[in-house]
Amino acid sequence: MPLAATVTIFTILSFGDQGYGDEIARSALMTVQISVLAYLVGFLIGLGGAVGKLTGSRVTRGILDIYTTVFRAIPELVLIILLYYSGNAALIAILGMIGVTGVQINGLLAAIVVLGIVQGAYQTEVIRAAIQAIPLGQIEAAKAYGMSPVLRFRRITLPAMLPFAIPGLANLFLNATKDSALISIVGFTELSQATKQAGVFVKYIQGNPLYLLVFYGIAALVYLAISMTSNQFFAYLERRMRRGQARPA
Amino acid sequence: MDWSWFPVYFPQLISGLWITLVILVLSMFFGFILAVPIGLAQAAGPWWLAWPARAFCTFIRGTPLLVQIWFLYYGLGVLFPMIPGLRQSFMWPILREGFYYAVLALSLSYAGYEGEVMRGAFLAVPKGELEAARAFGMPRFTLLRRIWFPRAVRTVLPTLAGETVTQLKATPLVSTITVMDLMGVRGKINQDTLRVYEPLLLVAFIYMCMTFVIVWIFNRIERMVPQKR
Repeated sequence: MPLAATVTIFTILSFGDQGYGDEIARSALMTVQISVLAYLVGFLIGLGGAVGKLTGSRVTRGILDIYTTVFRAIPELVLIILLYYSGNAALIAILGMIGVTGVQINGLLAAIVVLGIVQGAYQTEVIRAAIQAIPLGQIEAAKAYGMSPVLRFRRITLPAMLPFAIPGLANLFLNATKDSALISIVGFTELSQATKQAGVFVKYIQGNPLYLLVFYGIAALVYLAISMTSNQFFAYLERRMRRGQARPA
Repeated sequence: MDWSWFPVYFPQLISGLWITLVILVLSMFFGFILAVPIGLAQAAGPWWLAWPARAFCTFIRGTPLLVQIWFLYYGLGVLFPMIPGLRQSFMWPILREGFYYAVLALSLSYAGYEGEVMRGAFLAVPKGELEAARAFGMPRFTLLRRIWFPRAVRTVLPTLAGETVTQLKATPLVSTITVMDLMGVRGKINQDTLRVYEPLLLVAFIYMCMTFVIVWIFNRIERMVPQKR
């Protein structure tokens, strides 16, 4: 990417050959994509995990307890590296056994799954606590109507649990966004990695180390914008979900 | 599984563990000292103090710690050699060392999260107690020292175990700026011996044990503190 002799913040942020606006926007989109998808994977694991913890057999509960305890006790960075490498190796080994070789694991998919598994451990605990916060009468009423467990879960447990879960889940989405930066450690290019590379490149071309600071600053501001948008969204979601709740007297 | 490297790297692992603990304790210490004025400014300060404090907390909580660490170490750190004479000054050994950037970044991060907690804690102190102190004619600073601050700290104590664990789990990020903490030693073993899984599993296990020990210690302390409900 050629750069003009004099670089201003406007050239850096412009789109096209001269600036990094398009690269930054694309990598920001990548970060949002990873975070949202990993978050959804985590939500599915969390729902299943919470139901399993509350209604499962002793073995199920034991396994889920180990999952949430261990995964929340180990630093995200360590987990992500461990899962990323071992997951890739395991998948290649399994594919190798059935005779498929030379497979390249999709880095994006691996990032989403790894972050999703980590998210799942935290979301399980939030959702479990939220389900337990539902007034027992509501569940009993559903049972009295003769609703099947699946129907009861879909119509009563899920919507009644969400208002309690959303503050915690909103925090976890912030964590997903921030943890997505850790994916850069295993060599995946998302927002933090892309801006770092751009900063190193421009610094080298221009011979001015100040550009590193500028690019890290831009990365931080983009993350901040993502966080603040998600906060607004979750605040709106909570207001909406609480409509069905009785107002405190 | 090949663990033959373990005895060779044992001393380095211990020193890595030590550095992890030092960074944890120092960053929580400095972070808490910063968090108190940040929380107080938001809870009771004039707008020109409250606003920057809020902006700081929002910024820290809204950006990845990894980016904050890189911003300080790679962003600010490379600017210092440009200042003439600094390389010769007594400050240089500090400005060159990743360790100090790590402590600074983690302290600021902890201050950002804990500042928000302290804001809530200051606001949670019953108004009547502050009014009683004022009625006694206590000067504002004495009131803060004797009543407001101790009462606020009381309310945050139960959250401290969780905060400590969160902070511990943030420390391995410093290995990305050349600090030889537990995770940094893992990287070195990885490079030297080309073993990927064994060192990773080992440090994961050590971090897990540290988490459990922290939780256990705080449980003990909590039981020692008498609670009046």
